[in-house]
Amino acid sequence: MTGKNEAELSRLLRAAIAGDERAYADFLHRTAALVRGLARRKIVQGGIDPEDVVQETLLAIHVKRHTWRDEAPVLPWIYAIARFKLIDAFRRRGRRVEIEIDEIAETFAEPEAETVSDRDISRVLDSLPPAQRSVVSAVSVEGRSIGETATRFGISETAVRVSLHRGLAAIARRFGRE
Amino acid sequence: MRTDDLIKALDADARSKAMPLRSAWRMAAGAAAVIAAVVFLLTIGPRPDIAAAMHTVRFLSKFVFTIVLAASAFALIRSLSTPGASTGRAATWMIAAPLLVAVAVVLELFAVPSTDWGRRLVGTNMVICLTFIPLIGIGPLAVFLAVLRYGAPTRPVLAGAVAGLLAGGLSATFYAAHCFDDSPLFVATWYTIAIVILAALGALGGRLFVRW
Repeated sequence: MTGKNEAELSRLLRAAIAGDERAYADFLHRTAALVRGLARRKIVQGGIDPEDVVQETLLAIHVKRHTWRDEAPVLPWIYAIARFKLIDAFRRRGRRVEIEIDEIAETFAEPEAETVSDRDISRVLDSLPPAQRSVVSAVSVEGRSIGETATRFGISETAVRVSLHRGLAAIARRFGRE
Repeated sequence: MRTDDLIKALDADARSKAMPLRSAWRMAAGAAAVIAAVVFLLTIGPRPDIAAAMHTVRFLSKFVFTIVLAASAFALIRSLSTPGASTGRAATWMIAAPLLVAVAVVLELFAVPSTDWGRRLVGTNMVICLTFIPLIGIGPLAVFLAVLRYGAPTRPVLAGAVAGLLAGGLSATFYAAHCFDDSPLFVATWYTIAIVILAALGALGGRLFVRW
């Protein structure tokens, strides 16, 4: 299972970095499912929503994907980021946790589906400048393409891409610090 | 926002490109060396008898220590800034520079009479050493902390401290060309203190600025 995940995920991320958007979506969905499994196992007490950790980890993976060396295995890289964000989430709630990498590798296998509730990310999104917020919302919540978003707001596709990129970077930076 | 919606946004941003971290480290190393060289040449510069000094073992040994420190710290900081990269081997190499200094200190203690030890340890440049190693190293340290921020160190304080050791090794390599105190007793004492100052600043910088 782990060996198959490793080969598949690193292939997808390599393709994504080369510009294949479909491969990137696939990579992110699989990674989300894996991180969700980990977060649900590790978060046994209330106060932390595992899905917040999933989203924060995905954002970190996105804005830090240039730190993956494409000849290195991808699972340890994903684990390390997920672990860092999980510990960060615990620390913000005033709890200390020690999570061993080996322990993560063991419990990291089973993909899980999302449950819906109010998200930290929505609060962070609300704190963005209006232009970035409306572009990020259009592309994510409303599911519009870059082209549709450009038409809707009467701006160029490049401007949409720039706002989206800056908005996502700002969300990744502010997550959990608001 | 649902996670699936977030993924749509991340996917739409897939084309945004960033420089690979390892290229950023290579560029940073070059930029830091240039900054250190410029500050060094504009302030203290090399000692006038450097050509003659090149023929002495004690003078040359200083560069072995500082270059080994910088090289091992560079290897370690590159793995510390990459999530999931193994750091064990690079961390082990960090022993090399202190070990070489320790061996040199022992040899020096055998080579010179004990009445000379104090004079060689205190030297004449202690204040300049403690001033200029941090001063030459502070610019490079800022560059290295910026790259750490660009990377993803899961242990930011440790990574910051190693950035300080790297800046210290680089800075001391230049400073060593200025200093007349070539005894390993001097180097082991004052260079170490100066480099530890940079490591402490780096750890503080890691804690304050390297969040992601």
